[in-house]
Amino acid sequence: GLVGMAGGARAQDALEPNAWEDITQYNNYYEFGTAKEDPAKYASALTTHPWTVKIDGMVDKPADYAMEDILKSMTIEERIYRFRCVEAWSMVVPWNGFELADLLNMAGVQSGAKYVAFETALRPDEMPGVRYPVLDWPYVEGLRLDEAMHPLTIMATGIYGKDIPNQNGAPMRLVVPWKYGFKSIKSIVRITLTDQEPPTSWNKANAREYGFYSNVNPEVSHPRWSQASERPLGGGLFARRVPTLMFNGYGEEVASLYEGMDLKANF
Amino acid sequence: MAAMVNQINGAARRIPTWVVYIVLLLPVPFLVYQGFTGGLGRDPVKGLEHELGQWALKLIIAGLAITPLRRFAGVNLIRFRRAVGLATFSYVCLHFAVWLFLDVQIWSQIWADIVKRPYVTIGFAAFVAMIPLALTSNNWSIRKLGPAWRKLHKLTYLAAVLGGVHYIWLVKGIQIEPLVYMSIIVGLLALRLRWPKRVTA
Repeated sequence: GLVGMAGGARAQDALEPNAWEDITQYNNYYEFGTAKEDPAKYASALTTHPWTVKIDGMVDKPADYAMEDILKSMTIEERIYRFRCVEAWSMVVPWNGFELADLLNMAGVQSGAKYVAFETALRPDEMPGVRYPVLDWPYVEGLRLDEAMHPLTIMATGIYGKDIPNQNGAPMRLVVPWKYGFKSIKSIVRITLTDQEPPTSWNKANAREYGFYSNVNPEVSHPRWSQASERPLGGGLFARRVPTLMFNGYGEEVASLYEGMDLKANF
Repeated sequence: MAAMVNQINGAARRIPTWVVYIVLLLPVPFLVYQGFTGGLGRDPVKGLEHELGQWALKLIIAGLAITPLRRFAGVNLIRFRRAVGLATFSYVCLHFAVWLFLDVQIWSQIWADIVKRPYVTIGFAAFVAMIPLALTSNNWSIRKLGPAWRKLHKLTYLAAVLGGVHYIWLVKGIQIEPLVYMSIIVGLLALRLRWPKRVTA
């Protein structure tokens, strides 16, 4: 059902979703090229049926899960979230998806697990961008277990009630609305529960610029640009910059996850 | 080959330089039109900023190619060099203006970016290096400055390298396109080195 989420309701009230074209024609998905238009141009080559997701590591039921079996046991709901790119632009996306916690509980998280590692498909025949060593392929990401289990963290399978387009990470991608967009890894083929902080692609590429946490934080600059403000997409040539919100506006829900942590050191 | 070179040189002599100015600046109204009509993608500000910056790099490369073209191929386009240089500066100014007024917008942040962010600092330095070049791109300055004019205009080399580094530095990760621009710039500058004549024993 298209039910909003109680915890995030206040932050979502005023949100006006971006146009379908903004969301689906302006993407960072370097497996299909580094230009914003490349994913929309080339991602149709990605085969998303059939699709299996390997869930392994510290889980009770490690297995290759068929996408349709996952969907059968999950409840799809709509979540309208702010999306803040580390490049200092932003949009609002009406995702459809389910809570990651539900998926992890399906596999049965074992008690010693502390982190969740994710991996994107790597298909050189279907992904023209992976010919170039822009990043160390495949793309990998990770979350602390409490971040992964947080009710705001979802696996998105749709946008505006339609199947999620390939360029947005079909058939299933992570969405962590209080972190920079690159944490929300696309087209997931593997989820591993572990007790070690997993490596993440942008951190491997440039540890000085991209930390493991990558929480949206207007007070911690990217070494090459300020994160204090952002340009919302969809306003044309004369769109005004707006101040960036701590935790992308989800502080009330997630700030407690980081209590006592130095967010400048753990950026 | 020689016949083709003669043909090009002959044609170049007949083209008035004002035509070259117009042709080189024609992309500007086209880009602005595209910016208003969706032709520059979903983020027209970044689109316009990048396109103008890329045109500046293309033109500075064109300007750097003129001397080697004459020296190694006999193609003489020297009389268009001022137009190419001033057009380059125009694109750099527009690129800078789009960054100032449409992208960053916040004045306190603009100066902070220039001094704190190396890729912005370098881009700004390239712009500053080009100001004396643009101001002295006229016959009066050439007469007035004499031999110093040629020396001063070697600043073009610095501006080109700074522009190339600016592009490499601003993209996320290691991308091909900025490296291609930089290789061409370095190659064109290398052609100017005067290698010491090899002495054979």
